[in-house]
Amino acid sequence: MNGFNVLLVDDELEFLDTLIKRMKKRGLQVAGVNRGEDALAWLDREPVDVVVLDVKMPGLDGIETLREIKNRRPLVEVIMLTGHANMEVAVQGMELGAFDYLMKPMDIDELIYKLQDANRKKSLQEQRIKRKQEELGTRR
Amino acid sequence: MNGSGIHDSHYYRALKRSIVGIVMLVALTPLLLISVMSAYQFHTAYQDKVLAHLSEVVEKHAREIDRFLLERLVQVKVTTRTYSYQQLSSEPFLKQLLQVLQEENQGLFVDLGLIDDAGIQVAYAGPFSLEHADYAGAEWFQQAMRSEIYLSDVFLGLRKLPHFIVAVRHNWEGRQWILRATIDFIGFNRLVEAVRIGETGKAVILNRAGEYQTSSPSEPTIDAALLRRILKVEDQAAATGNGASVPRLPGLLDLKASQPGKEVRITQAAEPTGGRTSIYVTTPLKNGNWFLIYQQEKADAFRDLYRARLVIIGLLLVGGLLILATTILLTDKVIGRITQADREKEMMNEQVIEAGKLASIGELASGIAHEINNPVAIMVEEAGWIQDLLSEVPIPHADNAQEVTRALEQIRTQGARCKQITHKLLSFARKTDPRVHQVQLNDLVEEVLSLSEQRARYAGVTVARHLTPDLPPVSISPSEMQQVLLNLINNAVDAMEKQGGALEITTRLDDGRVVVDVADTGPGIPQAARDGMSEGAFDYLTKPCDLEELVAKVQEAVAQGR
Repeated sequence: MNGFNVLLVDDELEFLDTLIKRMKKRGLQVAGVNRGEDALAWLDREPVDVVVLDVKMPGLDGIETLREIKNRRPLVEVIMLTGHANMEVAVQGMELGAFDYLMKPMDIDELIYKLQDANRKKSLQEQRIKRKQEELGTRR
Repeated sequence: MNGSGIHDSHYYRALKRSIVGIVMLVALTPLLLISVMSAYQFHTAYQDKVLAHLSEVVEKHAREIDRFLLERLVQVKVTTRTYSYQQLSSEPFLKQLLQVLQEENQGLFVDLGLIDDAGIQVAYAGPFSLEHADYAGAEWFQQAMRSEIYLSDVFLGLRKLPHFIVAVRHNWEGRQWILRATIDFIGFNRLVEAVRIGETGKAVILNRAGEYQTSSPSEPTIDAALLRRILKVEDQAAATGNGASVPRLPGLLDLKASQPGKEVRITQAAEPTGGRTSIYVTTPLKNGNWFLIYQQEKADAFRDLYRARLVIIGLLLVGGLLILATTILLTDKVIGRITQADREKEMMNEQVIEAGKLASIGELASGIAHEINNPVAIMVEEAGWIQDLLSEVPIPHADNAQEVTRALEQIRTQGARCKQITHKLLSFARKTDPRVHQVQLNDLVEEVLSLSEQRARYAGVTVARHLTPDLPPVSISPSEMQQVLLNLINNAVDAMEKQGGALEITTRLDDGRVVVDVADTGPGIPQAARDGMSEGAFDYLTKPCDLEELVAKVQEAVAQGR
């Protein structure tokens, strides 16, 4: 159930550290970076299933990072995390293909449910693609 | 004029003064110039005309008088040539002769007398008993003896009555005799007094010495001294032979100098007694021995001119006053408009400043919300982390463990509350969005109430909502409608803050319209404010939601009314 890789992206180091510790305790495979650029670099190196992305960050902000992630790895699901009730940004994120959004401070259980949902969606998507490929393969 | 704020009344008064001043200057200057110029032209032309007329009349009369005197002389001279000494020295003949002369001349001859070279009157015919009177010492006799014909000045003589004499010297039988005729003074006066123009025009005759040769008209007599001064000018003119270079005498103003051939001179002088200015027309008579002086008051002579001038001045005054009144009225209107425009501008400025303030408060709130949520998130996470840790290693003391769990739960709860607060704060701090959406009004009311409820509770106001379920969605700008409702609720809470009360919000469907009623138990709106409200304030409230489907009818119900 929890055998998937999560990447947390947030510029608040204290928040990031505690969240990683708590999630690890719940048996999730979590890594964390505090910059959008680092997140993209991590995606290139490591397998990631779901990204939790803070909207407001210095450097590459949440929306830009999201756009770039979806560009490079369309199957990776992204959950947006907003520090304030900026619905416009959240809606924009959804339009760009984010799975969902959450507002800080959030309940950890809620986050984990969302992560699981996102991962489930990703797995379904992958299975569907696999099936299609197989169909295409047999036809060929 | 101060940079910010409304202009003070002094500024508007100064503005009004300068506008009125400029308009009056521009309007009146040409009017005055035209009036003065045409009045001057008219004055000059008319004065010339009047003076020409006067000199004409006076000259004509002078000629008549001259002719009259000459005729008398000729008559007497013809008598001396026609009759012999014997005839003339007999009194019956003389009487007969006088009668003929009187008949011929309307009784102008008073008497006739024959005087010898010693000055003794030899024969006399007339009403006085002057037979054998001795004229040897009389001035006229001496003058008459020197020249062949003589016309005397007026004098009293032996009869003690003003008269003048026509005397003709003739040589009979080697002796000089003088035939003398006395001219009726009254008759002569009538001739002179016939010169009357206007109301004050009158004529007199003076000799060179300035003595009256006619009885001056009784009512206002011409000042003799003044006449003498005028005559003096005449003398000097005669001396220089030309009227042009006469030195001016104080108080006299030459209006028209006598020209060669036209022996009329017009002078203007103030009467020393009455102070009125008169015009004097002077012309010589009797070869310059006498002067006919015609006097007329200037006001009388130029009566028409002065009347025209009065009319012009009156018209100018009335016109000027009309222009002034119109200018002031119009300027008042203009200034009123300017004042109103300034006031409106001032109000707009205030609104803009207010909007700016709100916007910056919104930005500040947004920043604060964001900045607070991050630390709150960290706090909640840390509390969660402690909970996680505690679940592995329970605290030995059971009571403590319970308390710590409760405290950590409280941190979580309060963190969530912080989130709620900032969330609501932000949703209102956001710029008002005029875009129209399909909105469920009940949700909007709930949202607004959730924000105001806390405050209402503190103010001792209970909030009751009667929201009709399943209202059709309405097309409005949610943020503007939120503002309207929030203002209404806040006002209601403000009004009830002192003694508490109840706030009632109702949504209902009325004839196809969704209606929101906001009612409170506050003191209501004072009557004075209510009057103003019906004009504009209510408009202000309904305008943001002035949409087809929705009329947000705001009913501020008074406590007594409900």
